[in-house]
Amino acid sequence: MNDSLRIDRVRRFIGTLNQACELGLTAESVHEGALILRLPYSDFIVGNPDTGVIHGGAITTLMDTASGSVIMCALDEFELCPTLDLRVDYMRPAEPHRPVYARAETYKITRNIIFTRCEAYQDSGETIANCVGTFMRIGQEATPKAYRDLITGGENDQS
Amino acid sequence: MTNPEILKYTQETGDFSRMLESIPYARFIGLECDRFGDDLIFRLPRKEQNLGNPILPAIHGGVIGGFMELSAVIYLMMAQEALRMPRIVDFSLDYLRAGLDRETFAECQLTRQGNRVANVMITAWQKSRSLPIATARAHFLLDD
Repeated sequence: MNDSLRIDRVRRFIGTLNQACELGLTAESVHEGALILRLPYSDFIVGNPDTGVIHGGAITTLMDTASGSVIMCALDEFELCPTLDLRVDYMRPAEPHRPVYARAETYKITRNIIFTRCEAYQDSGETIANCVGTFMRIGQEATPKAYRDLITGGENDQS
Repeated sequence: MTNPEILKYTQETGDFSRMLESIPYARFIGLECDRFGDDLIFRLPRKEQNLGNPILPAIHGGVIGGFMELSAVIYLMMAQEALRMPRIVDFSLDYLRAGLDRETFAECQLTRQGNRVANVMITAWQKSRSLPIATARAHFLLDD
């Protein structure tokens, strides 16, 4: 599978997640086993009105979405994998009025579990947060074919 | 939020509307809070915009995390009578069951409070408190 197929799948997948659409998450770049998502700054996700700093929950959603989507960049066939756990370490508050990016990768894939790593950062390059996650593989068949086809665009998975 | 007047009002009346109104992210996900004696119960009403997985459908895991994290912040502010928002250091979240498209609740417990750091446990559930959908643990810095 090439990167253009991968990014199409990631975009279609994110497009089906209401909350990701509300936040305006977009896929910036995609490679085998890695991707970057972007969270634009919005006034409505501010957690501390005195500083204008966005709430950690928006960062958690960004990182959960990035970590869940990167699985599609690592497996040839589409599998929806529920999150087992996430651990987020906050390094510094995000600077207001600037987007936050999340760079995610899968670093170990087993028959049952997928291990991911993700870093949230801003244009200055400073790390905002780090996140490790584990996702459960419940198999392709656990997801309705219509939804799988929607994400893969009905393409042959071997392409 | 650090408006002392709003905090004092909330502590005295148990009416969280003004405080929640002042936090944009709380409005964005629709977080609500009620006080029963000294206990706080946080509530996330059903909201279509909070969904992730469209098949079940289920609430986005990040929203569940954000709901629990913000619940812990408000819980700590009320417990501390702090005028500043505590800053989160880390957050560890276990998803136990799918958070279905229905009302979700959360409660917090202060596990340990030191001089500078507090450790808070958060539990979230839907239909029954005995069937949690997620548990979390967070550390907060109370001041600089």
